[in-house]
Amino acid sequence: MSILVDKNSKIAVQGFTGKEGSFHSKQCLDYGTNIVAGITPGKGGIKYLGIPVFNYVKEAVKKTEINVSLIFVPPAFAADAIMEASNAGIEIIVCITEGIPVKDMMIAKKYLKKNNTILIGPNCPGIITPDECKIGIMPGFVFKKGEVGLISKSGTLTYEAANQIVKAGLGISTAIGIGGDPIIGYSYIDLLKLYEKDVKTKAIVIIGEIGGDLEIQAAEFIKKNITKPVVAFIAGQTSPKGKRMGHAGAIVAGNKGTAKEKIYSLRKANVTVVESAAEIGNTVKNVIK
Amino acid sequence: MNIHEYQAKSILNKFGVSILSGKLAVSPSEAKNAAKEIGGTKWVIKAQVHAGGRGKAGGIKIAKSLDEVEKISRSIIGMKLVTPQTGPQGKIVSKLYIESAADIKKEYYLGIVLDRKKEIPVMMASMEGGVEIEKIASEMPEKILKIDIDPLIGCQNFQARLLAFKLGLKKDQIKYFVKLSIALYKAYLKTDAILVEINPLALLKNNSFIALDAKMEFDDNAMFRQKDIFAMRDFAEENTTELEADRYGLNYVKLNGNVGCMVNGAGLAMSTMDIIKYQGGNPANFLDVGGGANEETVAKGLEIILKDRKVKAIFINIFGGIVRCDRIAKGIITATKNSSIKVPIIVRLDGTNVKEAVELLNKSNISKLISAYDLADGAKKAVKFAKEKNK
Repeated sequence: MSILVDKNSKIAVQGFTGKEGSFHSKQCLDYGTNIVAGITPGKGGIKYLGIPVFNYVKEAVKKTEINVSLIFVPPAFAADAIMEASNAGIEIIVCITEGIPVKDMMIAKKYLKKNNTILIGPNCPGIITPDECKIGIMPGFVFKKGEVGLISKSGTLTYEAANQIVKAGLGISTAIGIGGDPIIGYSYIDLLKLYEKDVKTKAIVIIGEIGGDLEIQAAEFIKKNITKPVVAFIAGQTSPKGKRMGHAGAIVAGNKGTAKEKIYSLRKANVTVVESAAEIGNTVKNVIK
Repeated sequence: MNIHEYQAKSILNKFGVSILSGKLAVSPSEAKNAAKEIGGTKWVIKAQVHAGGRGKAGGIKIAKSLDEVEKISRSIIGMKLVTPQTGPQGKIVSKLYIESAADIKKEYYLGIVLDRKKEIPVMMASMEGGVEIEKIASEMPEKILKIDIDPLIGCQNFQARLLAFKLGLKKDQIKYFVKLSIALYKAYLKTDAILVEINPLALLKNNSFIALDAKMEFDDNAMFRQKDIFAMRDFAEENTTELEADRYGLNYVKLNGNVGCMVNGAGLAMSTMDIIKYQGGNPANFLDVGGGANEETVAKGLEIILKDRKVKAIFINIFGGIVRCDRIAKGIITATKNSSIKVPIIVRLDGTNVKEAVELLNKSNISKLISAYDLADGAKKAVKFAKEKNK
């Protein structure tokens, strides 16, 4: 079992023939991901990497059976691509693009709500269910099949955590990068609900960072609703106030969004919080017994 | 991106927010001429730096004659302004804004920020003008009035009117306030701002409102469509090393420790700083070299880190995913082989082809390159070497 995506997921890639889209689509195909359509406006009708290309999402939906869209469209057009996918009836959108203006995302999110579309990202590595499908840019070999659900705001830190979990003798049920932007789609709470129901997932790892209060909302939710053990790590304990740390959303504004307050909330919710990123793997092993 | 008060005022004014007449000056004589052109008998001289709390730090003063304008300007230009927002190192003042003085009845606060939880803009107003909004928020949150703005619909008159009544405004004042609020929202929306603040917003004797101070911050991701706004960026306000890193696509933030860090990915880069602290050391910087680290980024990253003379050891922490570790190792070897780098470099690579990478590093015979087998080991070694070097 897994959450959101598995071997039956059928994927369309928006921005398929671009530089990023081409490179990562090929990596996904090599992993065994079932990409059935590519979308690049103006290039409809051709075949690329052996896959039919369409001009718009609706056309692809009509001619193939897609339920997931993976987006590599440049930032200026990415919010539009998200809304197009939603309009075409795609269930799950995974947006990798980094650098989408906040204002665009505000409007796109409103649109998604109207259509009940699930969005993962933007500015994220995507989603992977090991041995079944990789919908994103993560190195697939790091993720071995197993019993740990992983939710993270950061890319390389997701790989680091998965690597430690695998080295500790465990594996990943599904790993999801939710992205480091101020406005994102699915967040901790939405995914915690799914992991709680997934019989294969025995423990959940949350990786957060400074900025906003999604981790605090997650802590409140965990306290009331999650029976499975949760391990958390919050990056940015040493980050200075008022400085954006790489991710657009990673900023301590005034006294809000600090690692300290997030760690405090999570601990109060009985989450096992590790202070060193090197201890994620072993800590998960200890709580899962 | 942040801009200066005078720039924010000129933007807001274009959208219909009233401001006092004012002029920019970079020398005492220019300041005097500016005051003369503005006219009147009383002027406010305001240091233009990207930080709040300028008044208390001595960066804002009143002059009652043209000679006094010149005299005060001479004392402010070139001064090191230290406010709670500049940090102890302060900021050198090189620009002044000369503004006419006004007769003020009362001061308010009015601003629009992005509410990350609700994912919409929120307009905030308060009768406690002139005080930092964070201070009001923590000490007397009930004094902040808020209205949610639907980004698909925009700010409506009735919403602004509601604020006006709650602020206790009267007839003409209400009309003026509503117009001003709508103008402020338009400015926020059209410029891709993520924060706009008028603090204080002054109610004048004639019942009109004027922006006495203004602050705007913009969404960096919108740079591609806000060319005019981003042309206002004042590079003198930013850290030179951070700017240089930015030009090479590297994300660098200077800190105060002595262990330099080079990492791929923002989350892992923050975690690397944290683990250095956890192991008893102090990180010198945040540096994210991006997903695809190569020889060039490694070389440039090392150069940037070493501009900070305090750095005694460097920790390179790279998780090679799609980028192969052996290629990164080759990059590190080439970048360090013939250079004049004296500090030890602790290298922790993991991911694709890590075995080959470690072999390459070990065989390279570069004594300053020290291999680490995992994140904790690397951090421990980096802290240890930095401490030894410091002795």
